[in-house]
Amino acid sequence: MSLALLIEWSLKSVVIILVILGGFAYLTLFERRVLARMQTRIGPNRAGPWGLLQPVADGVKLIFNEELIPAQADKVLFLLAPVITVVPALILLAVIPFGPEVTLFGRSYYLGLASNVNVGVLYILAVSSIAVYGIVIAGWASGNKYALLGGVRSTAQMVSYELALALAFVGPIMLAGSMSVDAIIEGQRHLWYVILQPLGFLIFLIAAVAEINRAPFDMPEAEQELVAGYHAEYSGMKFALFFMAEYGKMIAVSFIAATMFLGGYLGPFIDRWPLLGPIYLFIKVVALLFFIVWLRATFPRFRYDQLMAFGWKILLPLGLLNVVVTGVIIVLVGG
Amino acid sequence: MLAEYLPIVVLIVLATGLAFIVVALGHLFGPRKPNPVKAEPYESGMRPYGPGRRRVSVHFYLIAVLFILFDIEIVFILPWAVVLREIKMVGLIEMAVFIGVLLAGLIYAWKTGALEWE
Repeated sequence: MSLALLIEWSLKSVVIILVILGGFAYLTLFERRVLARMQTRIGPNRAGPWGLLQPVADGVKLIFNEELIPAQADKVLFLLAPVITVVPALILLAVIPFGPEVTLFGRSYYLGLASNVNVGVLYILAVSSIAVYGIVIAGWASGNKYALLGGVRSTAQMVSYELALALAFVGPIMLAGSMSVDAIIEGQRHLWYVILQPLGFLIFLIAAVAEINRAPFDMPEAEQELVAGYHAEYSGMKFALFFMAEYGKMIAVSFIAATMFLGGYLGPFIDRWPLLGPIYLFIKVVALLFFIVWLRATFPRFRYDQLMAFGWKILLPLGLLNVVVTGVIIVLVGG
Repeated sequence: MLAEYLPIVVLIVLATGLAFIVVALGHLFGPRKPNPVKAEPYESGMRPYGPGRRRVSVHFYLIAVLFILFDIEIVFILPWAVVLREIKMVGLIEMAVFIGVLLAGLIYAWKTGALEWE
């Protein structure tokens, strides 16, 4: 391992972290503005032009907040929980390529950290399930009954929808014949998998929104019944980390959906101008993020028993059906 | 082979470092004026009632066990999906039998009420 390689990896890692951090900051503003418009309000527009400095103001305010640690809390776990929750959100993008290989100043660069890993899809599944630990630890360590309830509910919800999420990945894997993210994108050169796998894409979207605890599946943080769920006792920067994890996962899930079903960085003229790749990917991701915000503005929250019943009785059998049907078609037609 | 994962290790180290720095930032700059009432668990302004850590409904454990069963099923499906084009019909029938058995398990759990909440 040479030093130059290490520096390249570090720079790429910093870029990935900055994408999530910058995305997080401006996604909060984007969400507030879009929600406001959907409710015929204006939204935050005072800090800077179009409210562009609002995330900065929020961040500075959170840094100078008092950090409360409840007397009954388990101090070590209470401090560790936000870290465990946010790290998976930051590292999920490691296997997503941002564009094809580009040549700049006579050197060819590869726009991705490790998208050639041959079990990229497994990496996504494995990393996304680590976040559950952070949430259940946060709920338990707070020593608050609402936080505990929120943490346990959240865990049950996330493991239930993780099954459907994993089953939705099986379709693209079967079509590409590989678990490598690069191969899955290459397989979509002529036709996006969303056209071959409409049911798979629908299952993925629903399960992903539930997995990241967004409305209408934001059961663990149901404000009206659980005050805030697992992060009720968190304040200041530790609260900001949970917030960052939620929005980071939103961004990561949009990147994954765009890559697995919407052709990733592929688009017209991509072979002639490879630098268009990141732009296409960005457009697809923003469209998906808008869709998630739109969902929040449209649907009321599910009741908890309906939520669990929906995951186990509808989404899981549908996922299995999708796998079997896709398998039969691939074997009979030769895909 | 494993060298492909080294960049991911670099990313994990940087991400973890950043998370700890952010936690430390809050502790450095935030004011600190604790008092006994502030340190009580939050219960919408009421004095906390009863212990903060209660027993959890056994139903959640049931969901966890079911999750492990079906997650292992998916772990079997994933490699099958990669090689389906080579094993063709034989693989398809084998997987149909496997999914059928697990589906029977799901229906059993459904009928015995493991998926109902009251």
